[in-house]
Amino acid sequence: MDSINPILLIASLMVASTPILLAALGEMVVEKAGVLNLGVEGMMITGAVVGFAIGVNSGSSALGFVSAALAGAALSMVFAIITQVLLANQVATGLGLTLFGLGLSSLIGKPYVGVKAPGFAKLDIPFLSDIPVLGPILFRHDPMVYLSLILVAVVWYLLARTRVGLILRAVGENHAAAHALGYKVVRVRFAAIATGGAMAGLGGAYVSLVRVPQWVEGMTAGAGWIALAIVVFASWRPWRILLGAYLFGGITVLQLNLQAAGSSIPVEYLSMSPYLVTILVLVIISVRGNHGAPGSLGRVFHASQ
Amino acid sequence: MKMITKLLAGATLGLTMAGPVLAQDDPTKVGFIYIGPVGDGGWTYEHDQGRLAVEEEFGDAVETVYQENVPESADAERAITQMALSGADLIFTTSFGYMDPTMAVAEKFPDVKFEHATGYKRADNVSTYSARFYEGRAIQGHIAGNLTESNIIGYIGSFPIPEVIRGMNAAFLHAKKVNPDVEFKIVWAFTWFDPAKEADAAKALIDQGADVVLQHTDSTAPQAAAQEAGGVYTFGQASDMSEYAPMPRVSSIIDDWAPYYIARTQAVMDGTWESTDTWDGIGPGMVGIGEITDAVPADVKEEALALKDAIASGEYHPFTGPINKQDGSVWLAEGETADDGTLLGMDFFVEGINAEIPN
Amino acid sequence: MSLFRLEKRPAPSSLLSGLTPILAVLATMVAGGVMFAILGFQPLEAIRTIFWDPLFDPQFGPYSRPQLLVKAGPLILIAIGLALGFKAGIWNIGAEGQYIMGAVVGGGVGLAFYPSESPLIFPLMVFAGAFGGWVWASIPAVLKTTFGTNEILVSLMLVYVAENILASMASGILRNPDGQGFPGSRNLARDYPAASNPELIADTGMHWGVVAAFIAVILAYVLMTRHKMGFAIRLAGEAPRAARFAGVSPTRLILFCLGTAGALAGLAGLFEVTGPAGQITIDFNSGYGFTAIIVAFLGRLHPVGILFAGLLMALTYIGGELAQLMLGMPAAAIQLFQGMLLFFLLAMDVFANYRLRIGQPEVTS
Repeated sequence: MDSINPILLIASLMVASTPILLAALGEMVVEKAGVLNLGVEGMMITGAVVGFAIGVNSGSSALGFVSAALAGAALSMVFAIITQVLLANQVATGLGLTLFGLGLSSLIGKPYVGVKAPGFAKLDIPFLSDIPVLGPILFRHDPMVYLSLILVAVVWYLLARTRVGLILRAVGENHAAAHALGYKVVRVRFAAIATGGAMAGLGGAYVSLVRVPQWVEGMTAGAGWIALAIVVFASWRPWRILLGAYLFGGITVLQLNLQAAGSSIPVEYLSMSPYLVTILVLVIISVRGNHGAPGSLGRVFHASQ
Repeated sequence: MKMITKLLAGATLGLTMAGPVLAQDDPTKVGFIYIGPVGDGGWTYEHDQGRLAVEEEFGDAVETVYQENVPESADAERAITQMALSGADLIFTTSFGYMDPTMAVAEKFPDVKFEHATGYKRADNVSTYSARFYEGRAIQGHIAGNLTESNIIGYIGSFPIPEVIRGMNAAFLHAKKVNPDVEFKIVWAFTWFDPAKEADAAKALIDQGADVVLQHTDSTAPQAAAQEAGGVYTFGQASDMSEYAPMPRVSSIIDDWAPYYIARTQAVMDGTWESTDTWDGIGPGMVGIGEITDAVPADVKEEALALKDAIASGEYHPFTGPINKQDGSVWLAEGETADDGTLLGMDFFVEGINAEIPN
Repeated sequence: MSLFRLEKRPAPSSLLSGLTPILAVLATMVAGGVMFAILGFQPLEAIRTIFWDPLFDPQFGPYSRPQLLVKAGPLILIAIGLALGFKAGIWNIGAEGQYIMGAVVGGGVGLAFYPSESPLIFPLMVFAGAFGGWVWASIPAVLKTTFGTNEILVSLMLVYVAENILASMASGILRNPDGQGFPGSRNLARDYPAASNPELIADTGMHWGVVAAFIAVILAYVLMTRHKMGFAIRLAGEAPRAARFAGVSPTRLILFCLGTAGALAGLAGLFEVTGPAGQITIDFNSGYGFTAIIVAFLGRLHPVGILFAGLLMALTYIGGELAQLMLGMPAAAIQLFQGMLLFFLLAMDVFANYRLRIGQPEVTS
């Protein structure tokens, strides 16, 4: 047990959690607007392949991330058109988006199998990174880790403190009332869905450009579903998304560390532990009676209703 | 207009192709059933390389078909049946879980030859084949035991099955031989292929002091993790993974199915195909040892190559006694070598591995 | 936006309800044909291979037609159960886990009695399979009714837990003792007649799971149209508040809908593991639980619709396999094609429920 180094553990859980943090944060924005997009996995994997392809071709991971965000947003527009304009069921459309994204990504990715990632330099922040304990944990990551944390703050601020956030929440809570007040429900939702798509794309590109880093088919391996779970887990609150993502990533990393350290807990239990702990924490949260699901979540909006 | 004629041409072409006629001078049709995508960079990728080698060898005399991502469930039996229906003369089913489906389909198509990888059930028209990867593991163990400075070797396992356990034992015995202080830390990923999880597993092992990471999962994610950590050695698995050479990847075990696939296709063409049980290693070339890079000291490299030659010639068996089981009981006496039956069903660790097999 | 707008029909057009799926399939063929052409395949040949050959090709048809039932059976069985919950606004997306648990528990019970020849074994396993799925689905149900915990998340997390249990069982206590240490249970279909679920009539693909799927379609239809519970489900989904006034107990509804869906998914798993799949292996599950969600929606949550949706989905799977085999089309292209089909079906649905109007609305709301 004593071979586990807590400093390294925290540092690696931050990296392991970043993809789901980004995707979950984006999905939360979508759900806050009253839309349930179950296609996160499809948008993540598309972001992963596009980010990787552009990163490799341009030699710039940063450009890869930007392209991944655009690709995620573009794919999410398919979902937006079908659910917002053509008023189709969101659950089914989201699942279709996942299917579509998985297929699309492996077609795009064929030439990139076995190609090496361009590399993404870490920010070694001078002085700060030399602080004992905190330095290695906090100040030796790549820029995306910090960007994801900044995005948590930005999303929180936008939702809680600005007019944009107010409108978004109004649309999500009661779209009929928001419409009556003159807000453009569909337009707001398009913007929210695009944001969610872009952030899922970023999360996917983080997997292919930093965390693994390479392109392999199906490489997000269910991270999109975990991101969806974390949104509910977090009761639609940005800081809890951060907590949830780090908790999940932390347990995933911890269970591998426990195995490596020769823990006596049977491996089967260790490898199901992230899911069991998520359920447990969720139950505890719901016992305390804190839900906060947006009122119009998943419902079809039609202006003449 | 041009488009339309093209479309129509396509339609007629398709209709003629669909006919169930099998003329005498038809090319030999060879089919492959894959568990993963051909782009997995590991297990399935190497089988597909074997398929391409068959095409290259025989040119127009063969036609190959494959189906990827076939789950080891009811879908497998259907995929194999459809392949047989489509006129395949020889079908390779390349995952252990295809064993019973292969047997079931083989009963219905006595004239089609089947080859099942890594299984143990055979029939008049079903052969089995597998590779003695543990021979490669022994060489890895030898190099790893020499390279490690922390004396901690990390090992990422997929599932606790004989194939994987055999590899761990072979690697451990040979690491221990050159470095009595060596310790194995084992992580079971419970997946063959999940790059993110494999990367995390590699990081966990490195964080806990491992400076050599062996893997029995199929993606190159652990290689990338080791590269990032720096100063960590790895070995390619299933595929050469040479894009990570000379460091961290210092050598590799390559599944080279091409010679076998070519030989078996030739046998079908010649009408000499017979049901056989093949378990080949380094000698016949089914297991290849990828280039040992200069990151390995010259004397270690020389020893490793000597070990390789000794195994290839059959002069040395990687499981040669005295070897005790983990509980201290005697498995092999001095000079005794393991029999294939025990190796195939291996469900125990050897003495000195300080870990437990799940279940 | 102002050029055309959608006006809700008082009731869905039954003509268009029937017509839109056909239009959607045609639209998918066109769009898919373009995609196939871009990928370098002959579009008509590809479309024909996917939609026509599994049914009518002289070489494959006789084998593929029964396989449609084999593939569609579990999809329909699971989707019927899911649709009950979806109608009532109860979101079980963990049918995959319930399917696994049905196979593990039902198969486990059968294996415990090996090599019994008692005719009671199979019925007992069927019961145990349904029980396994029911228990697994009841976890999110009970957590929801007791603590208000979100069932989407719990049912989904339990899929991963079930996968771990499956892997552990297949390489642990359910492992075939005669299997030379390899993972995977005894083959129930081949080596254990009392526990097998064989084809009932040769070359039809009909096994007990397909029979169960048809029965489930009929029972669900009766339940939804003739029974008080069906009324409660519809009311709860359409007007939750009215449902509460009408005395519909949300607790009972949640336990019923999730429990039934779980039991049906468990049955599907049991019939699959004793028949077409044959044995419990590490990755015995192949996504039926997730695909069934798509089938439920494709069928518009209606039992008869689900029957057809299941068959259509099965057709694209089997046709897709043929396209891989005969044309060398990558599996990914088939996935993309299935995604398109779903998109078109969902998008076309709008015209059954809404009328397309050109010009400005007479009255602005």
